[in-house]
Amino acid sequence: MERYYQREIECASSAEIRKIQEEKLIKQVRHVWENVPYYRAKMEAKGVSPDDIRCLEDISKLPFVTKDDLRETYPMGMLAVPRSKVVRIHSTSGTTGKRVIGYYTQADLDMWDECCARALIAAGATDEDICQICYGYGLFTGGMGIHGGSQKVGCLTVPMSSGNTERQLQFMEDLGSTILCCTPSYAAYLAECILERGLQDKIRLKAGILGAEAWSEEMRQDIEKKLGIKAFDIYGLTELSGPGVAYECSAQNGMHINEDHFLAETVDPVTLEPLPDGEQGELVFTSLDREAFPLLRYRTKDICVMSSEPCSCGRTHKKIMSLRGRSDDMLVIKGVNVFPSQIEAVLLEQGYQANYQIVVDRVNYTDTIEVRVEMTAEHFSDSLAEITEMEKKLSADIKTMLGIHAKVRLVAPRSIERSEGKAVRVIDKRKI
Amino acid sequence: MAIRQISVFLENRPGQLAEITRILYENDINLRALNIAETADYGVLRLITNHTSLTLDKLREAGYIANISEVIGAAVPDRPGGLASLLSVIAEEGIDVGYMYSILGHTGDLSYMIFRVTDCQRAEAVLEKHGIRTLDIQGLGIH
Repeated sequence: MERYYQREIECASSAEIRKIQEEKLIKQVRHVWENVPYYRAKMEAKGVSPDDIRCLEDISKLPFVTKDDLRETYPMGMLAVPRSKVVRIHSTSGTTGKRVIGYYTQADLDMWDECCARALIAAGATDEDICQICYGYGLFTGGMGIHGGSQKVGCLTVPMSSGNTERQLQFMEDLGSTILCCTPSYAAYLAECILERGLQDKIRLKAGILGAEAWSEEMRQDIEKKLGIKAFDIYGLTELSGPGVAYECSAQNGMHINEDHFLAETVDPVTLEPLPDGEQGELVFTSLDREAFPLLRYRTKDICVMSSEPCSCGRTHKKIMSLRGRSDDMLVIKGVNVFPSQIEAVLLEQGYQANYQIVVDRVNYTDTIEVRVEMTAEHFSDSLAEITEMEKKLSADIKTMLGIHAKVRLVAPRSIERSEGKAVRVIDKRKI
Repeated sequence: MAIRQISVFLENRPGQLAEITRILYENDINLRALNIAETADYGVLRLITNHTSLTLDKLREAGYIANISEVIGAAVPDRPGGLASLLSVIAEEGIDVGYMYSILGHTGDLSYMIFRVTDCQRAEAVLEKHGIRTLDIQGLGIH
């Protein structure tokens, strides 16, 4: 029996969802027009006012918002409520020099918690569960976001935060944690540690809610097999709230967008023309009821396909399909678009670990790509010829997948650094 | 009788061999033969020691990838042409050799070579037939 957090809304008809979205959109446009001068100026520049927004389709009249806008208005230029109404902030890491601060009113936090509660229940959580959260707490949205959802569901919530693997395993064993929340790469690392120490029989995990980085289907299967769990993807951005903007259900085939709170469009990343469902494009979100930090038509740079096909779980909200990662993660090598998750799929298919590193460089004006893969006990042979064969086979499969040659370099086990948060997959040494 | 050889995956970085030999020393393990094959990026260290299982355990404990394969040892007269005559027997009999290396030290006027072959039993029988002595683990003092 499929369980829901808010059945009426999660299984509402598309007409009902449309009605909710339309009402909220009209209100939200007026809210930003009246309270954010930056938005008003942008809209005026495009010759559009709140009076022009009367139905959902009118959204295409609105200007897009990008990370550049957020940078320009940093730190408080996009704030849409008096500061006294703001109860919390979160922030992106800013490692790329583009730090974004998101502001939340109490109502914003309640909405966010609700989104995460839906995700947890879709992954099978009940008030009997023990939910171990190893996303970072603090400015990062991962920890506190899932935390709020977990408490709403009534799970025993274990706020571990990231890192300290020894302690993670200890709590997992002592408490008998049943739900694991962390990045897929950290889940893979925990699985490795559990197998190494022979702790399998002492671990009670049944589900993992793994987000904050793109992962392949092969990696999911690997984690599921090693940990004996069902692994669910979850999606979110600090700009919109955090995890829980979209989440996977029992069908494990695409992430339902919480459409009553977030209006999603896909657009052609070049022409910015809206695309129909089923066509690959850039995800664009409008937060329909955020108070403190509302975004209209925010370009996520995530490339995906959106699906409105009926889902076996009974939820009616549209799904994000085949998300291959941020276009920020996408590498352009020799003019070819490469997502790390594509390389990961090849490695896992051939039985290697999901720990790998992609080193991109430019030698004599030509891009080079080297994939560092850890040797495994199963693959190792005393014969150099056989190892060379394995490298060639990996290289050939990567070539089939991407269409470009990649040098494969087998490295010692554990020589690639394990990440406790988002994994560092790509080292781009090109100076362009 | 075939000899059990330990192979270890080596990443090309300084100090790795020193670490491995230190592990052997700390566990009172003595080397009988050693060989390294390498490419620009990595290498395979092949070892024969007096305590095969202990060596394997200790290296794996230290995080190395190591496995066992079977090889044979054949006596080579310690004089010019000694190896040539042995190799001509191997060639005539069509024994497929993956790689070969020598054992440390020698006894009397004989030294020994290690051969990685596809069929240890057959290779040993063939060599014995030609009057070439093959080594067994007792001969190497292996436990």
